Amino acid sequence: MWTWFYRLASPPYVYRVAALWIPWFLTAAAITIGCGLIDGLGFAPPDYQQGDAFRIIYVHVPSAWMSEFTYACMAVAGAIGLIWRIKMGHAVAAAAAPIGASFTLAALVTGSLWGRPMWGTYWAWDPRLTTELILLFLYVGVMSLRSAFEDPARGDRAAALLSVVGVVNLPIIHYSVVWWNSLHQGATVAKLGKPDIELSMLWPLLSMMLGFMCFYAAVLCIRLRGEILDRERQATWVREAVKS
Amino acid sequence: MKVGAWQAMTLVVRRELCLSFRRPEQLLQPLVFFLIVTTLFPLGLSLQLSALRDMAPGVLWVAALLSSLLSLDSLFKSDADDGTLEQLALSGQGLTVIVIAKTLAHWLVSGAALVLVSPLVATALGIPPEAFATMLLSLGLGTLTLSWLGAIGAGLTVGLRRGNVLLSLIVLPLAMPLLIFGAGATDHAVSGTSAAGALYFLAALCVFTCTLAPFAATAALRITLD
Repeated sequence: MWTWFYRLASPPYVYRVAALWIPWFLTAAAITIGCGLIDGLGFAPPDYQQGDAFRIIYVHVPSAWMSEFTYACMAVAGAIGLIWRIKMGHAVAAAAAPIGASFTLAALVTGSLWGRPMWGTYWAWDPRLTTELILLFLYVGVMSLRSAFEDPARGDRAAALLSVVGVVNLPIIHYSVVWWNSLHQGATVAKLGKPDIELSMLWPLLSMMLGFMCFYAAVLCIRLRGEILDRERQATWVREAVKS
Repeated sequence: MKVGAWQAMTLVVRRELCLSFRRPEQLLQPLVFFLIVTTLFPLGLSLQLSALRDMAPGVLWVAALLSSLLSLDSLFKSDADDGTLEQLALSGQGLTVIVIAKTLAHWLVSGAALVLVSPLVATALGIPPEAFATMLLSLGLGTLTLSWLGAIGAGLTVGLRRGNVLLSLIVLPLAMPLLIFGAGATDHAVSGTSAAGALYFLAALCVFTCTLAPFAATAALRITLD
């Protein structure tokens, strides 16, 4: 039963399988993001307060959501590498970190573009915004710690430990809108019971979220393949794989 | 001679205290830095005491964070450089015991000293004396938590040649909740409302880091040392 799991620890196997997954994830991402965009930008009704400006939600919320999700992924992969000494765990964590940082940056940029017409300012020192910015700094810290060591194995383990420690901040970011009175609106989708958002507005959002997940998976596979090639450049299978 | 864990801990704490009291300038420099930073804020922001009072808690906390960050770099560094840390790690005591002792000693000479100086700065910034008890309690809990977080960061960067900036980059994001609740508690006390909620949060953070951070810092040291 566990053989599939054990095989995921082998670089050549992951390198081959990731190549098979990429087209599937990319197609799924293209379909869901395409549907979400058409439905969200074309057919969803305008918001009664914000008019058409609310439509940036279809990019902003998925990227903000993915920025937290990617951090959790990175920390779990790092923990797997740290605890069971599986090299692939560190490779996944190293491949995920820049993607997560990009999602965080995207969430911040789209958020401030949204804030300009709604709040009258690009940036407000608001708990949600500030904690998201802190998340970006966490990503930067993890990435620079990894590259600060001359011995890559040591850098991997140090970065993994830091990302596991940084998980403490995830609930703070997530619940910052609940704990503090914030300019940022509260949770509208991920709530027990009926969501606060109109269903015709919700469907494109869910589709976009799924699309962002698939997109993340595809980019992760691509980056992971590069990461594996870089890490295993001394191995004979890499030379054969590159030659063929 | 067989030495128990408790005895080893007190021995290491005593050694650290002895070392830092032989070099009083190292002990005083972070405190002077704390004073200087807090005097910079009024010069840069506003000289009106009424306006200063509103931001005094934040200024106090930011200055406290920065000045305890300043002394964090030396937490494991000098011992790692001359090999003492390896000998301590090989001494048969758990490395965690050593880490706990060194961090507590670090807090005593940096954090606790800072707490003792803080009423002076607080008076200068216009914080009313009624708020001192809350402020001292929050700073005490906060600096202790910061020492634990800092031990993780110092452990991760001890092997690096220029780990100083990286250390701040690692520790400051982790210290974010501390600043929020610490400055919040002091703020409540200044405005005369109940600071209990923020103080409970600070105490919870302190207990959380006290129990888990020693193990994380030990793991960090093991990664960078071996």
